[in-house]
Amino acid sequence: MKEFFAQFAIPHPSLLIYIAMASMIIGGIALVAIVTYFKLWGYLWREWITTVDHKKIGIMYLLTALLMLFRGGVDAMMLRMQLAVPDNSFLDAQHYNEVFTTHGVVMILFMAMPFITFFFNYLVPLQIGARDVAFPRLNAISFWLFFMGMGLFNLSFVIGGSPDAGWTSYFPLASNEFSTSVGTNYYMISLQIAGLGTLITGINFITTIMKMRAPGMTLFKMPMFTWSALIANLIIVFAFPVLTVALAMGTLDRLFGTQFFTMDNGGMDMLWANLFWVWGHPEVYILILPAFGLFSEIITTFARRNLYGYNSMVWSMLMISVFSFAVWTHHFFTMGQGALTNSIFSITTMAIAIPTGVKIFNWILTLYKGKIVITTPMLYALHFLPLFTLGGVTGVMLAMSAADYQYHNTMFLVAHFHNVIIPGVVYAMLGGLTFYWPKMFGFMLNEKIGKATVWVMSTGFLLAFMPMYITGLDGQARRMYTYSESTGFSLLNMVSFIGAGLMTVSFLMLVWNIWYSFKNSSRDISSDPWDARGLEWATHTPVPVYNFAIVPNLEKGSPEAFWDAKKNGVELFKGKIEDIHMPNNSGQPFIMSIFFFIAGFAMVFSMWPMAIFGLIGVLATMAVRSLEDDHGYHIHAHEVEETEKSYDKGGAK
Amino acid sequence: MGKVNNNVPLEYSTEENNLKIFGFWVFLGAEIMLFGTLFASYFTLSGRTGNGPTGAEIFEITPVLLETFILLASSFTIGLAIHAMRLGSKKATMSFMIITLLLGAAFLSVEIYEFMHYAHIGAGITVSAFTSILLTTLGTHGLHVTFGLLWGTFLVIQIAKRGLTSVTAGKTFIFSLYWHFLDVVWIFIFSFVYLKGMM
Ligand code: HEM
Ligand SMILES: [Cu+2]
Repeated sequence: MKEFFAQFAIPHPSLLIYIAMASMIIGGIALVAIVTYFKLWGYLWREWITTVDHKKIGIMYLLTALLMLFRGGVDAMMLRMQLAVPDNSFLDAQHYNEVFTTHGVVMILFMAMPFITFFFNYLVPLQIGARDVAFPRLNAISFWLFFMGMGLFNLSFVIGGSPDAGWTSYFPLASNEFSTSVGTNYYMISLQIAGLGTLITGINFITTIMKMRAPGMTLFKMPMFTWSALIANLIIVFAFPVLTVALAMGTLDRLFGTQFFTMDNGGMDMLWANLFWVWGHPEVYILILPAFGLFSEIITTFARRNLYGYNSMVWSMLMISVFSFAVWTHHFFTMGQGALTNSIFSITTMAIAIPTGVKIFNWILTLYKGKIVITTPMLYALHFLPLFTLGGVTGVMLAMSAADYQYHNTMFLVAHFHNVIIPGVVYAMLGGLTFYWPKMFGFMLNEKIGKATVWVMSTGFLLAFMPMYITGLDGQARRMYTYSESTGFSLLNMVSFIGAGLMTVSFLMLVWNIWYSFKNSSRDISSDPWDARGLEWATHTPVPVYNFAIVPNLEKGSPEAFWDAKKNGVELFKGKIEDIHMPNNSGQPFIMSIFFFIAGFAMVFSMWPMAIFGLIGVLATMAVRSLEDDHGYHIHAHEVEETEKSYDKGGAK
Repeated sequence: MGKVNNNVPLEYSTEENNLKIFGFWVFLGAEIMLFGTLFASYFTLSGRTGNGPTGAEIFEITPVLLETFILLASSFTIGLAIHAMRLGSKKATMSFMIITLLLGAAFLSVEIYEFMHYAHIGAGITVSAFTSILLTTLGTHGLHVTFGLLWGTFLVIQIAKRGLTSVTAGKTFIFSLYWHFLDVVWIFIFSFVYLKGMM
């Protein structure tokens, strides 16, 4: 009995973990109490947990992403705090390992991924003039699987111990011998569950975009964000199965003693590194392409010009998606393959910078001669351009395999990828969020606070990461929990810490902005407050469940359909309102994902009866679904007309 | 339910089915990557036998041939099921579905026997990188077949209860795609794992 409970204990406890544990428990109880007190359980179940509406699922992705941004941010501050002064003892080596591991996993897989998935969900159906995604029920399954994976991963921190082998989880370090806690089991299994959800998202959105576009919207009339979503989802479908296999092998090695990545009996630790990056490199493009798509939407809107070089934009993304599968070796130039292999992958890596450069020029040429309006989203985009270019240039430096022996696994590398991910992905997410905020919630975020936030964030970013380029070149290794005074890294690390602090301030400003605007912003805005261009702005605010009362017709439209409608009088909505078929809500996705969670948790601790119970539960919910006969329901034409009349503020003009 | 188009086979008659069939093809794309990764790993590890046996030492042609014939036959019968479905014969569709599932179960039994045999002769999954990847690749295929058996059973129940509607026809057609796909994967396993290993 005692042994049974002992396995759940944290192997390396510390005061900080206990404080966090206590605050999580108190927070949880408070949440339950509030929901119960205001009698919100029924509302939550009916409106959110069982929903199949792409807009609501999107918002749940958004909330998860923001929550994880907070958790990953706290991790980041702890890392920078530890390194702020030499020979610091704020975190010990073990804790430092755990924190950089969870920081990386949380930020990439549980913050950036749901953030882009939020945009897929919210925007793609609106941009292509569809009522929902192709498979609304599967969409809910995607979300809940992702959510349970996220939950399972975060549980490691309070039950059984966090993973500590880095977000790349290289073997043999990640094997039972060197990672003795269950932490790495959590890593393998929670990413598996969340990854399954992501794969389903990929299938769903490819089908949606290929098959459900409004009449007249040919592929080359799609808004740029939809293009980027299509390509990112194609990469998802081809890259995630590789991760599935790698994680399955890692799980088998750790739980059943197989010999995939071991050091003897024929095992091959480098196989993990290869499989991981065959997924991992495409993954970074899964993140950045939708970000590019969002910047395209923002830049065209606020330069008041059509996108320069639409076709080259599309083709460069397609090139990137193909090349992204042919560069993975650049992540381990130093790990033993020959000069020939290294040279080949150096060249492919540098080649990928070309289509990326094409896109940068396209944006600049869109700005050129544009009537630029500086708004918060635009400010994010304008900061993105130079900062991201810097990150791309250092990427090309890293791509030179001979030189990489100097940079690899130093702070220089850390600076590179933060330099592409923060101004690239994070700015796109926050700029996009500000841009689409009024569409979602019916009020604008405050522009003054918003712009100040961008400036603080960029200042913080530069202070935090530029010093790392220098200390990295001077030899400061990544993932080292401390350094001595004599290295001379002290000052620059302190600057980094201050920069990280400023970035935290900027995120708090964002939170403040949301609260402030919620209190003070006018609710009397039109459905098109930015004078925007895409089809997503052609419907009402807030968007009705059925998105468009009449399916838009784009025979005469362009990728900027709404602009055509406003300025050139192209008629988008022809015909009359008819009955609309909608899918029913369902609790099955949630229940099935709970069973996945149970099975996953049990597997982490090798509790087989419980794991089998969970898997049977999963199969049982599938069986129920298979036998069910669900035809959805109809919203009748007169109900649609009434809803349309209730939008007296105008909406689609 | 969307509009029904009577000029195409039943499984393509509704918009919803069209979406599902398209989506399933995309899913098969992902499955190709999954098995592709397993095959790539197999080729990487197949020579790394450590202290364990090599493929030539453990592979036996009889059960493998048996498995191959059974699975190929089941691919034929699922094809007949779809043919019967297009002709609108509920009874024939169900019969061929059931034969397919029985063949699938037979395949699985032989495979389980094969696995037990490997464990018995000292080629269990933990012995070497080679046995690990061998049994994982075969096992992944076997799990797919197992899942197919469950799925197919539920389809037969639905056809029995509801007849051949656009819904059941769509599902059965998708099931047949899945089943053919597993057959194709098996042919790769047969050629590149067994035959190559025995040579
Ligand atoms: C011009 C384009 C780019 C080039 C040439 C490039 C090149 C490289 C190279 C060569 C490395 C490995 C260096 C080493 O380990 O020593 C690397 C690491 C990395 N890059 Fe990039 N990169 C580019 C763009 C991006 C983008 C757009 C992202 C993400 C949105 C990104 C994210 C990363 C990450 C996360 C890592 C390292 C992860 C780790 O080891 O933990 N890169 N890059
Ligand atoms: Cu890479």
